[in-house]
Amino acid sequence: MTLFFTRDHEWVRVDGELATVGITDYAQGQLGDVVFVELPTIGDSVTAGKEAAVVESVKAASDVYAPLSGEIAKVNQALVDEPGLVNSAPEAAGWFFQLKLNDPRELDGLMDAAAYQAFVATL
Amino acid sequence: MSQSDSDDEIPPAVLPLDGWHRAKGARMVPFAGYMMPVQYAPGILAEHRHCREAAALFDVSHMGQLLVSGGAAAAALEALTPSDLATLGEGRLRYSLLLNETGGIIDDLMISHRRDGLYLVVNGATKIDDIAHLREQLPDEITLNHMDDHALLALQGPKAAAVLERLAAGVGRLGFMTAGAFELLGSAAWISRSGYTGEDGFEISLPATHAEALAEALCAEPEVAPAGLGARDSLRLEAGLPLYGHDIDAETTPVEAGLSFAIAKRRRQEGGFPGAERIAFELAEGPARRRVGLRVEGRQPVREGALLLDVEGAEIGHVTSGGFSPTLGRPIAMGYAPGPLAMPDSHVSLSARGKIFTAEVAAMPFVPHRYVRQGDPS
Repeated sequence: MTLFFTRDHEWVRVDGELATVGITDYAQGQLGDVVFVELPTIGDSVTAGKEAAVVESVKAASDVYAPLSGEIAKVNQALVDEPGLVNSAPEAAGWFFQLKLNDPRELDGLMDAAAYQAFVATL
Repeated sequence: MSQSDSDDEIPPAVLPLDGWHRAKGARMVPFAGYMMPVQYAPGILAEHRHCREAAALFDVSHMGQLLVSGGAAAAALEALTPSDLATLGEGRLRYSLLLNETGGIIDDLMISHRRDGLYLVVNGATKIDDIAHLREQLPDEITLNHMDDHALLALQGPKAAAVLERLAAGVGRLGFMTAGAFELLGSAAWISRSGYTGEDGFEISLPATHAEALAEALCAEPEVAPAGLGARDSLRLEAGLPLYGHDIDAETTPVEAGLSFAIAKRRRQEGGFPGAERIAFELAEGPARRRVGLRVEGRQPVREGALLLDVEGAEIGHVTSGGFSPTLGRPIAMGYAPGPLAMPDSHVSLSARGKIFTAEVAAMPFVPHRYVRQGDPS
């Protein structure tokens, strides 16, 4: 299993052709208290860089982009009832959805943990 | 992820407590021309709850503090507002409105009667325009002093009185919407029992040079935690209090905005304030639209700019403030609805972010006010 990151502050954990997606600890810190999450529908096709979910904090609504293209295989229903999981466990129980990847070569465009940390340090 | 925060174009100014906020872990954002704390480390929900349960300290030094003095200051301000200032006794304050010729709201403000004049607190984002308006409209013999060497701190919550009494003996004797001069940590302070959260609490005006010592002393009390603009906004929304530039502006009248209580009885009869004719008509006949509270179905917040729709899907109004209510655990909003729909329990549809929401018109406040009308007589 390998962890990747996007410049839009999503993380991606890849296991074979499945990729689990969430938002990073940095992102949840910037958003503040999350009060609502809208998840995609299982079976939806999503395109890398396009909106796939919505996260709303007390302050503002934000889109969560699909880091990779694929088909939604699973969604984290727990976030609907407990959106605060995005704050308390952003890179674990606060995951958003799981994708069946169309093209694993898209992973080449993502950052590893060290590159993401370096990127966040510039913000 | 994308965030749609907009940046101010003019570099924001720095408030007296800027360094103190940063040392307390505040996230600073541009607001009303200043860098302001939007939240501290505990976050907006925790700060909001702390204010409802204990006491929260807000720095509102961005607001304009003005002193209007000279012989006929009350009469001169009556010409610009619908308030009865002739009967405003010393040590009392009133919520008031600066009105334009069509009855639109130039700003909302607090007016206190002090020994040295009428003390006004106006909104930070509008203070420069307010000062220009007042200088132009007030007669030459009236003096307008912008107290920009003063800070303004608000201590709000059910424990606020007990805490402040320790630092300024006697503040507990103040009742809601009364005020007085106190000595606070060796400095002169003007303290009113008022606020913008729906809770009991105080607003404290003091020289900016003494603000940090006061903030530090208040936060050293076990009941007090600092709270930022984020919690201030969610608290005032729950309390049903309008935010200038959002829920009220130059296009809305006091009657439309549900602020008719600020139009004094004598002034209704006598008129003599800007827009008096239109306001008298709206008081008699009812306004075409009214500010309403909205209880939004589901969990997703509906925010400013969302549209109110009729059953055919035509636009009939709009949402002016909206968000998540930490106390009620659900989304709430304010907006304008046409007269016939502006009744509690009416159902309306809202359109936001490409979706349709249903909402019920709700009486405000959403969360009951807990003002202390009568001070402790001891």
